[in-house]
Amino acid sequence: MSINVMLDEFKEIAANPKKQLEHYKGQGKKAIGVLPYYAPEELVYAAGMVPFGMWGSNKKTISRAKEYCATFYCTIAQLALEMLLDGTMDGLDGIITPTICDTLRPMSQNFRVSMGEKMPVIFLAHPQNRFDENGLAFTVAQYTNVRKKLGKIAGAEITDEAIKNAIKVYNRSRAARREFVKLANDHCDVVTPTKRSAVLKAAWFMSKDEYTEKLEALNAELAKLPVCDWQGTKVVTSGIICDNPKLLAAFEENNIAIAADDVAHESRAFRTDASETEADPMMALAKQFADLDYDVLLYDPQSAKNRRGEFVANMVRESGAQGLVLFMQQFCDPEEMEYPYLKKALDDMGIPHIKLGIDQQMRDFGQAYTAIQAFADVLEMNK
Amino acid sequence: MAKQVSPGVLALRKVVEDVYREAREAKERGELVGWSSSKFPCELANAFGLHVVYPENQAAGIAANRYGELLCQAAEDLGYDNDICGYARISLAYAAGKRAARKFDPETGEYIIDPSTGKPMKDADGKAVIDEATGKPKKDPKTQTPYMVLDDLNEIMALPDGVEKERRLAAISPIRQMQMPMPDFVLCCNNICNCMTKWYENIARMHNIPLVMIDIPYNNTVEVDDTYVAYIRGQFDKAIKQLEEISGRKFDEKKFEEACANANRTAKAWLKVCDYLQYKPAPYSGFDLFNHMADVVTARGKVEAAEAFEQLAVDLEETIKKGETTTPFPEKYRVMFEGIPCWPKLPALFKPLKEHGVNVTAVVYAPAFGFVYNNMDEMVRAYCKAPNSVCIEQGVDWREGICRDNKVDGVLVHYNRSCKPWSGYMAEMQRRFTNDLGVPCAGFDGDQADPRNFNAAQYETRVQGLVEAMEANQKAKEA
Ligand code: SF4
Ligand code: SF4
Repeated sequence: MSINVMLDEFKEIAANPKKQLEHYKGQGKKAIGVLPYYAPEELVYAAGMVPFGMWGSNKKTISRAKEYCATFYCTIAQLALEMLLDGTMDGLDGIITPTICDTLRPMSQNFRVSMGEKMPVIFLAHPQNRFDENGLAFTVAQYTNVRKKLGKIAGAEITDEAIKNAIKVYNRSRAARREFVKLANDHCDVVTPTKRSAVLKAAWFMSKDEYTEKLEALNAELAKLPVCDWQGTKVVTSGIICDNPKLLAAFEENNIAIAADDVAHESRAFRTDASETEADPMMALAKQFADLDYDVLLYDPQSAKNRRGEFVANMVRESGAQGLVLFMQQFCDPEEMEYPYLKKALDDMGIPHIKLGIDQQMRDFGQAYTAIQAFADVLEMNK
Repeated sequence: MAKQVSPGVLALRKVVEDVYREAREAKERGELVGWSSSKFPCELANAFGLHVVYPENQAAGIAANRYGELLCQAAEDLGYDNDICGYARISLAYAAGKRAARKFDPETGEYIIDPSTGKPMKDADGKAVIDEATGKPKKDPKTQTPYMVLDDLNEIMALPDGVEKERRLAAISPIRQMQMPMPDFVLCCNNICNCMTKWYENIARMHNIPLVMIDIPYNNTVEVDDTYVAYIRGQFDKAIKQLEEISGRKFDEKKFEEACANANRTAKAWLKVCDYLQYKPAPYSGFDLFNHMADVVTARGKVEAAEAFEQLAVDLEETIKKGETTTPFPEKYRVMFEGIPCWPKLPALFKPLKEHGVNVTAVVYAPAFGFVYNNMDEMVRAYCKAPNSVCIEQGVDWREGICRDNKVDGVLVHYNRSCKPWSGYMAEMQRRFTNDLGVPCAGFDGDQADPRNFNAAQYETRVQGLVEAMEANQKAKEA
């Protein structure tokens, strides 16, 4: 299959989650909506169900969710609720609601209340002091609860063996995505920003074995190509999500490629693997969560240092990018809170950046286009 | 009628004043001062005799003194978005060295008076004196204050010794919140919000100081599960070790027990004071509780706080016996005020309530801060029950409990732009209040610290609407 055909398939899937859901339901599979962040999707897979990432939508408008939310909440959370209320995600058999930020905490209650009898809502609270025995035990306890509830939905208990297998499947999928991100950098002429985004986004709507197979095939084809002689510029993207094809088209129009990303919906979600040798697979998942690092949402015990800012700034240097574009999701205080120190790290290393305020109900990209266009010139000068 | 200040209220004011003063003095002596989130277990710091101050209380004070906008803007200029909680913005600006200062003439050093400040001058008959030149009422110069501008402590300290340095230092607002010593360590407990986590990390980074983190995950059930207790207890032990390192002292079991006993005594006395709002008419305005919260936040582990609340309870008992009230208007309606008040806009909040005879007789801080415990595990459970860490059922139960006990006719809901965890399930709560209690609710948009997010006209209309609904309700009941 040609690279373009494969890329188109990912694009089709990324753009039509509802169709994907119907596809799996048609196969007699159950599906679980997974809200951000860090839910152990491996457990869903181990239960023989398909996890569906719920990161809002670029095509919806908040309407029914207004009955639950004041205006000053991010669209990620509000549109996830909207799609549960307007029937888009009716095919789901349950959802998992993590509570790591101040929006998701109360939203977990809105999800539970509004879903009522419609579908089970599985609550999940991650610990911030997640590293020592004590924190790990709490994560295991929380994950055990999720495991039980998922087992109930699936109609069979989830075995340790199934989880161990799921960890392998997921590690492989994460490795394939990391590899893809590198290949996308080497072949940024073929894997344009919109295509790159679609490939990574599709992962949220596919069973991971199926996805990985497809992605490995694409990676193999990409690896055969000579590394491109890119004449344009490159950036690292950062933020919660930047999957709007219209917005990403502005990068393409200005010959800006994406060299790497620090995006929650993309690389932050597959940077860290779970151990395949740990005797207890639940502990392996808890340790994987503990190992997550350089994240705006997670406590850093070495907080007196600017580790995350420097990590991202180094990523820009190491990936060969000339600058960084921060997609600032409106009303996302975790990202906003870490912006000054990200800026400091970038400034200290002489890396230019722009901050684009976005939300998923944005339909007019005029301002963003202008900003990206102007930034293209800055990047050019930094080559 | 000027509000009379009872001995209890005076004592409570002194307690908070002392917390700040002692911290300032400790810093001058070269001792360590910590900054703590409001619901960090103060009992732990008390066990080491450490001096601790509270940025949330500080930010509320700065906002109430009308410097909120100045400091919020300063934080925004540092890159902190205006979406971020106003307390956090004020605190981060302060931590970065930003200060509200009086504007002065660089030649003479004299403060430059802001003509828009001050009270109107009155003549012997109590009538406003009109300025002939402008046709507007004349201001009493004694009540006028200088323009407030932003200054930077780091910049000032970097100046060579001399007049400019002295003047700029002296010009910094003298209110205690603007004179709070900088931190040597930070104590963070995120039970009230996760915003706290990164806020305190930012402070730790700015000052390169240790952070003690107690993480209390959000809870989905009314009962606190044993796994939560185990996790949090483990963190208490770790925090104690960290505090031993920070202070260079051993954990003092006796001091710890004393602090626990005081915290319990304060909580009980606080609840007792809150419960006087059950009387009809209430012996005071529930708005006063917002002021007394400062004591619960900054000094609940101190015996003086317990004693001051006990004194206030005695005072209130007296007021009740005399059949009096300190509410400055006759009480026609009783409401619960949901949320933190808009500190910079207290007079504007109060005005339409007073006009319509609406007394606040219930605030959710009453049950939320009145936690009593008998042992370490219960203490852990108590700290799990912060206003924003509990599930909707618990949240509703607290509120409906005080609404019933304190006999409210309606609920006024502050959709607080600053506090996402608080406002997040408010719409559903409103529906439940109306269903379960049969009382009308009205919501308004505001902000606890940033005056730019409050619209007085909208607020007045909403209060008006609430009053009409309460009136209709009353009529229906009578009929
Ligand atoms: S976008 Fe930000 S505020 Fe919204 S759910 Fe994600 S982390 Fe929370
Ligand atoms: S609880 Fe709300 S108001 Fe308090 S610090 Fe957190 S976000 Fe701000």
